[in-house]
Amino acid sequence: MRRLVYLLPLVAFVVLVGWFVLGLQHDPHVLPSALIDKPVPEFSLPPLPGFDRGLASSDLKGKVQLVNVFASWCLPCRAEQPVLVRLAKDFGVAIQAINWKDKPSDAVIWLRQNGNPFQSVGSDPDNKVGIDWGVYGAPETYVIDAHGRIRYRHVGPLMPFDIEEKILPLIRQLQG
Amino acid sequence: MALGRSPGGGAPWLVLALALLLFTQPAFAVLPDEMLKDPAMEARARTLSQELRCLVCQNQTIDDSNAPLARDLRLLVRERLKAGDGDQAVLAYVTARYGDFVLMRPPFQANTLVLWLAPFVVLLLGAAGTALWLRGRRSATGEPPPLSPDEQRRLAKLLGGDGTP
Repeated sequence: MRRLVYLLPLVAFVVLVGWFVLGLQHDPHVLPSALIDKPVPEFSLPPLPGFDRGLASSDLKGKVQLVNVFASWCLPCRAEQPVLVRLAKDFGVAIQAINWKDKPSDAVIWLRQNGNPFQSVGSDPDNKVGIDWGVYGAPETYVIDAHGRIRYRHVGPLMPFDIEEKILPLIRQLQG
Repeated sequence: MALGRSPGGGAPWLVLALALLLFTQPAFAVLPDEMLKDPAMEARARTLSQELRCLVCQNQTIDDSNAPLARDLRLLVRERLKAGDGDQAVLAYVTARYGDFVLMRPPFQANTLVLWLAPFVVLLLGAAGTALWLRGRRSATGEPPPLSPDEQRRLAKLLGGDGTP
């Protein structure tokens, strides 16, 4: 019975290995937002050239909607755009956007090329508003509830899998 | 500059190259156009920048990183200082937006207890284990218990006696 004590290091080792294996499943580049369940920051962004609507915090109240952070220099955004287009067209999801750290004229061309699922786009070339949102890369997508609170942040491109597993169920739940 | 092997004597070149090393300075990510005019405030900005993580590179501070986001945050820190914020207020401002992970030194609070205390717990466990082991060894090397009557009889038989000491 006393000999079992000598198995303790082995047990500790196995527990540690299990812990590390769990740790490896976790992507350190995906950070939760510090603003979860908090109201969106107060902001007001001008429209892109040739567009008539910018984006302000007051636009983000009254319905469940998404806010997508994109830039024309961002390659994953290009991969994500068809998914957003489908989300807006086939599922009727309201999507707004912040054009982040980008040249507004480039963004206009980019939207013409890649499709524009956004109801309104605010231009934030100097990352003034992005910092208030805690944006640390593009693309990022925020789910905003009807009270204008941030309920979820997705880091990186939204793929069809994310839409079906996370975004749509959350939107349905928030819509009640 | 290519420092090839020179056909003439190599030693003077080597000395020169080593001497030039004395004039090198580490390259900083902070660009001159970001710096504040007030040297005291700039020094505070530098110290604060070393407390803040660049969320793009994650293991570099914003003071070290040349990622565009790190630059934005360096400018933000300087803007807050110019607006009259204290050092703690600046850190709180950034943490409110980016979360505790943005701090290079994690704060001591409920969700970081394990992080901060685990090393001491492991140390205590190790000390307890060592103490137990040492005590076990001391009792093993101490006086052996006296022989039982049965053992004494066997010993006497082996020694060839008649069984009485």
